[in-house]
Amino acid sequence: MSTRISMLLFGGILLAIAAGCGGPGEGSGAAGSTSSGTTENLSGELTLVGSTTIQPVAEVLAEAYESLHPDVMINVQGGGSSVGVTSAGQGTADIGMASRDIKASEFEEFPDIVVHTIARDGIAIIASPDVTVSDLSLDQIRGIFSGTIVSWRQVGGPDIPIVVISREEGSGTRGAFEEMVMGEDAVISAAAILQPSNGAVLTTVAGTPSSIAYLSFGYINDSVKTISIGGVAPTPENAASGTYPVVRPLNLVTKGEPDELARSFIDFIYSADGQAIVVQEGYLSVN
Amino acid sequence: MTGTVSARGRMKRLTDSAMGLVLLGSALVSVTIVLLIGLFTLKEALPAFRDIGLVRLLTGTEWRPGQDLYGLFAMIAGSVLVTLGAIVLGLPLALGCAVFLAEVAPAWVRAVVKPSIELLAGIPSVVFGLFGMVVLVPMVRGIDVPGNAGFGLLSASMVLAVMILPTIASVAEVALRSVPEEYRQGSLALGATRWETLRRVTVPAARSGMLAAVVLGLGRALGETIAMIMVIGNAVMMPEAATSNPLTIFLSRARTLTGNIAVEINYATGLHAAALFATGVVLFVLIMIVNASARALLASGMRRG
Repeated sequence: MSTRISMLLFGGILLAIAAGCGGPGEGSGAAGSTSSGTTENLSGELTLVGSTTIQPVAEVLAEAYESLHPDVMINVQGGGSSVGVTSAGQGTADIGMASRDIKASEFEEFPDIVVHTIARDGIAIIASPDVTVSDLSLDQIRGIFSGTIVSWRQVGGPDIPIVVISREEGSGTRGAFEEMVMGEDAVISAAAILQPSNGAVLTTVAGTPSSIAYLSFGYINDSVKTISIGGVAPTPENAASGTYPVVRPLNLVTKGEPDELARSFIDFIYSADGQAIVVQEGYLSVN
Repeated sequence: MTGTVSARGRMKRLTDSAMGLVLLGSALVSVTIVLLIGLFTLKEALPAFRDIGLVRLLTGTEWRPGQDLYGLFAMIAGSVLVTLGAIVLGLPLALGCAVFLAEVAPAWVRAVVKPSIELLAGIPSVVFGLFGMVVLVPMVRGIDVPGNAGFGLLSASMVLAVMILPTIASVAEVALRSVPEEYRQGSLALGATRWETLRRVTVPAARSGMLAAVVLGLGRALGETIAMIMVIGNAVMMPEAATSNPLTIFLSRARTLTGNIAVEINYATGLHAAALFATGVVLFVLIMIVNASARALLASGMRRG
């Protein structure tokens, strides 16, 4: 008797597994119809693809927007800034996200893309608390990260080797830092310690004496010291006034002028409520 | 009466064959899953093998996806060196544990020590990584060698050594305990001491099982990911000695094959993604070689035993 029961149980479990496997495939077919409502209430679906730096703030913005317009569904996906520009240019996503300026080559490839800068983000140079140097020029920073300057003595500190900490290849923060600080000719030294997230960079710099790294303004706290660039401290005020040199735009990209739904979402981001969310997430408002 | 008995017998036979089918099904599903994962990884990696080429992929030392440079050699070297370091540091400890548990320890000590070692295997690897990051890395940083920041092969090897200890110790202990009691008694009866018996009779008899334990530990070490990312520094560079002492190569930063995939897959598209899947294929092949040799060693041990 008990064998029969266990047999039934076994069969039941197998059936459940089989049913579970079949499930998601069927479900995904139903989604994906985009239609702007004719009534005053907007409805439909909006897809955002691209920068993993913008992704978190875009998700918060999308949630706030959806609570105002319950019939709208906004999907936010990562992939990186380049993927964002390409998807928008090819029309595979309604809105692309890029946490850097759009390159000339991208405007050439997709001449009809329109760029909407929704926020700005400063990238600060941070060092461990024991570092005595508190100001560096852009040239010195370039030298340190490319590996031509190896000791703090070369930039006015004691004769201690500099420990360079960087983000991994593909990171939007690294991309923006490379573009704005390293330029075309200098590359970040292969010997740099790589940490795969902003949080890991912060922890590593805080715990590693004589180390240096770059980090988005939103992540800085008291466990590390910030280094001014050419006498300008990395503060939101200096970034907003344009005196701090390493500030990147957070861009949304659309193919041509945005349609009604995308327009409404972008307008929401530019509104006081939207910009309040941007600031609350640690970025600089564009107003 | 006889009718019911034969009906029962038929029912029993039916149950038996049905259970057999169900179990066969489970086995087939497991095999299929392994095959599917292998095929999928290979299929995704194909563009990399085609466009980059197997030789350049395996021997190139530069990995700069931004400039379409995909060489895995520095990562292969990183994985091999960190595994080697872990074996050197962890093996004496693990084998010592195994011999102690199987041959020396009284039952009550065994009852305490064995579960403790097995508990080590249950600690999530991210906890080992955290421990390495906040305890071992600052310790290693104290070694006065230029450029040493603590993050690197030595810290990673130390973390791995502890992580592979339970694997090696428990398999090696089983190998030692499976040596027939008559061997020991025979040796002792001939006048050998316990130490001589251990060294000349028991350990040689369990040799292949103990080797298999080591190889299983190797496989575990090669596959470890998150703890490595946290302590090894992740720099894509050929590990090199900082001073004339060749051992300082272990203070060098490195990246493992597993770490390469985990760190970059979030951003990868196109050829970059394919190159990461190719990294997975290389890892797959390495671990398959290691596991196959463990099986071969175990099998040869059983034939002799």
